[in-house]
Amino acid sequence: MKRSFPLVFAFIVGFLVLLAEFIPHRPFNDLISTLENWFMIISGFAILLGQISLIRVNSQIIAHKEENWQYHLAGMISFALMLIFGLLWGMREAPGLLGSGESFVNQMGMKPFDYLFTYAYMPLSATVFSLLAFFIASAAYRAFIIRGFESNLLMITAVIVIIGRTSIGSMLTGWLPESLRFWHIPNLADFIMEYPNTAAQRAIMISAGLGIVGSSLRIILGIERSYLGGDK
Amino acid sequence: MTSFFTTFGIWLSALFTISIFSFLYKDNPLYKFSEQVFVGLSAAYWLVNIIYSIMIPNLFSKLIGDFSGNLILLIPAALGLMMLMRIHPATQWISRYPIAIMIGTTAGISMLRYMKSDILNQVTATMINPFAASSTGAVIGNILLIIGTLCGVYFFYFSKKQEGFFAVPSKIGIWFLMISFGATFGYTVMARISLLIGRLEFLLGNWLHLIK
Repeated sequence: MKRSFPLVFAFIVGFLVLLAEFIPHRPFNDLISTLENWFMIISGFAILLGQISLIRVNSQIIAHKEENWQYHLAGMISFALMLIFGLLWGMREAPGLLGSGESFVNQMGMKPFDYLFTYAYMPLSATVFSLLAFFIASAAYRAFIIRGFESNLLMITAVIVIIGRTSIGSMLTGWLPESLRFWHIPNLADFIMEYPNTAAQRAIMISAGLGIVGSSLRIILGIERSYLGGDK
Repeated sequence: MTSFFTTFGIWLSALFTISIFSFLYKDNPLYKFSEQVFVGLSAAYWLVNIIYSIMIPNLFSKLIGDFSGNLILLIPAALGLMMLMRIHPATQWISRYPIAIMIGTTAGISMLRYMKSDILNQVTATMINPFAASSTGAVIGNILLIIGTLCGVYFFYFSKKQEGFFAVPSKIGIWFLMISFGATFGYTVMARISLLIGRLEFLLGNWLHLIK
């Protein structure tokens, strides 16, 4: 019951979804949208489960005063503040449990949740991802420095695309005569994006698509069971 | 009052921005603090977002508005609660039911969608007459498109060892893939640099008013 029934459920819903595609009549035609709606609701609970797990892990670190516990405490306080603000006064147009927080909007120009989002979450998020620019540059230098034909191909394409998509690309080869316009760096970048890049992306999509179809069949037929976890 | 909160917000943003950038020198308490605040804010943001954009309109509003008409929604609600049973080791097995239903639904839907969009549509788009294009560049491009797609797919065929003559298309496929990865890498670098420029603009413009 702990393992077989879930497998049967996976087979039934997977098979029904496949069946619904070929039977465009009630009740099958509504089945996919109904199951998708259910999927969204269950995903919501799954995200809640993730947050509960995050709170548990952080609470343990704080309770046992493990290394750097103070920072985890700061993280939990920020989590609680954002959550409470969001639940009490809502976000953007959505009202919260205590309404839309008009007094806060008059004073702060926006809801408390949106204030934290604009002045804390957004700058943090943008800065963390902008930090990756430095690491990507150093990683690229180490990875691509004359290793072979393939790595050179990768680096040269990256350079052409970067230069071709900025104004420096137009400046560098803007003087080329009309007969050599193909070698104008922005045009070269366009050609790379339109043909070789599309070809490779298509190959990846087709191959991944075949892989997904195969894996989906394995899941529906109960051959693939790793998602059920251990034997307990 | 609004301007006080705006100024305070800009200073807060500047503090967080500088704290994160301080990692470029070395790991330090200011960075660790900002990193954990980011984790906390991020988790709460997504939770609140899910509550207002998915849970309330798709579940709670419908059940509160017309309970008897939406009784069927009790099934995903129950499955969602069963998902939460994963927290406790003794009741962990109960969460297998909602996971199985989610995985089964996803498998069915993805199988059909990927079959159409990623296989049939892409194969159809590749079956073109390369010489029907208007310019020489486009003809060469179309030929490259067909060769690149075929060789790329061949590269991903792992059921037989590719050696000798049979390794040639695979090699060509790798070249096309490398070009594509280079282009993707270029775009990623540009996106990150544009974020960096945005942060520097904020620090030098909104915060320090050194640039207009």
